[in-house]
Amino acid sequence: MIRLQNINKTFRIARRQSGFGHAVKALFSREHELVHALKDVNFEIQDGEMVGYIGPNGAGKSTTIKIMCGVLTPDSGLCEIDGRVPWKERVAHVRDIGVVFGQRSQLWWDVPVIDSFELIRDIYKVEARLYRRNLDEMTALLDLSEILKTPARSLSLGQRMRCEIAASLLHSPKILFLDEPTIGLDAVSKIAVRQFIKRRNAEHGTTVILTTHDMQDIEALTERILLIGKGRILLDGSLDELKKRFPGGTSEEMVAALYKEYKI
Amino acid sequence: MKLYFKYAAMNLKSQMQYKFTFITGVVSRIALSFTSVLSVLFMFTRFNEVEGFTLSQALLCFSVVSMAFSLTEVFARGFDIMPRMLGNGEFDRCLVRPRGMIFQVLASHMEFARLSIFVSAVAVLCYAVPNSGVVWTWDKIITLILMIVCGAVVFFGLFIIYAAFSFFTVEGLEFMNVLTHGGKEFGRYPFVIYGDGVLRFLTYVVPMALFQYYPLLYLLGRERSKLYMFMPLFALLFILPSYGFFRLGLRYYKSTGS
Repeated sequence: MIRLQNINKTFRIARRQSGFGHAVKALFSREHELVHALKDVNFEIQDGEMVGYIGPNGAGKSTTIKIMCGVLTPDSGLCEIDGRVPWKERVAHVRDIGVVFGQRSQLWWDVPVIDSFELIRDIYKVEARLYRRNLDEMTALLDLSEILKTPARSLSLGQRMRCEIAASLLHSPKILFLDEPTIGLDAVSKIAVRQFIKRRNAEHGTTVILTTHDMQDIEALTERILLIGKGRILLDGSLDELKKRFPGGTSEEMVAALYKEYKI
Repeated sequence: MKLYFKYAAMNLKSQMQYKFTFITGVVSRIALSFTSVLSVLFMFTRFNEVEGFTLSQALLCFSVVSMAFSLTEVFARGFDIMPRMLGNGEFDRCLVRPRGMIFQVLASHMEFARLSIFVSAVAVLCYAVPNSGVVWTWDKIITLILMIVCGAVVFFGLFIIYAAFSFFTVEGLEFMNVLTHGGKEFGRYPFVIYGDGVLRFLTYVVPMALFQYYPLLYLLGRERSKLYMFMPLFALLFILPSYGFFRLGLRYYKSTGS
């Protein structure tokens, strides 16, 4: 179970006006601006849930994900995942989670994908039988057999994303964080990725937290939506509820109306 | 340890993908070591001795420091490119994996082309050993090995400090090169020639003299005390404050994330 209570996070951002004079001045004294990335964020996610985490750019989605992964420490508040505080028990915590950062690869660029997989197996000390089973399952479902021997640099974006997702699941994590997993993918790849995630959740009970700007992802995958804007959780509810509130129109228009209503 | 070798194999495989880069890297680095040996040679064509050290004795210093530094460059490359690892998210990826951070940074980047510097330094050592006037007994051989290994650890400590600074800022990190690359360059000659102030700094603050100048005196038989033989071991203590600073930097990074 994931529980966040009153999580706050502030960043200090150095401010500087343009121009050479200001650049010199900035060497000696800097003006800082406080940015409240997260303000009193509260939510709970049960085991086996699939949650869509949406909000405009810069709303605090990535910050929240980073906190839940143990990469970032909040200023205050409580975050407990399966009874552990991520940033305090990093090693024990990360064993149980899988993370896909859509824009960043975890595969070794110049070696065949399968080599990266085997290294990941050793990093997580995945038992040989479990590894075999996971690999076979994902090779079949994500259609990897043709591309496992290809170096990551020669893969198309869609192929790479399928490999990234597989790489994050080799150790059978209980929780999967997907940060924009369908960004830039073509329709076929998008659908393949969605179907796979759905199936993984149904068959293995993997908790999935998904950030995306693609409303079709949300519609295809999640029942529950968390909307964040300007660092606050603005809405926590089901997709159906939302549809009732904003009848007619596509989900895209619904979200736009939602952003408008909350002025974010 | 087994995992470390698997990482090493991955690094090697990656680098073998670019054979031309690898070969030009090797050739250019050998040429580079060759020119720095030449600069020592030229110095000694003008002067027979520098502060009472002969050419071969200076070359002994040169090879020890060069070997130590190249070992660090090959195996601790990750710390050297920390700003890049932070920038492209590679470091965040390490944070979400269940292994020690120092281990992961060490293991994920090794640059084998730089071993060529090590090999050139061994060649210089082969010249210096018989000509330096050192009577090579077992204790002298152990001293020499200690000098190289502990030297690599001191440079490693400096690399860790560099990486720790990059958690706080990406600007002005070049000043660390004064110590790392500067240390390697100045280390061609026994550190005593730079004067008392420098020697004291390199004894108590960044203990490079502990693996170079003092044990050299033992090798040359100018100091008979075993203390000088084991001086390089004291240099190992340098790793403690380096590691402490790295932890501090990591904590800062985890609170700012950028």
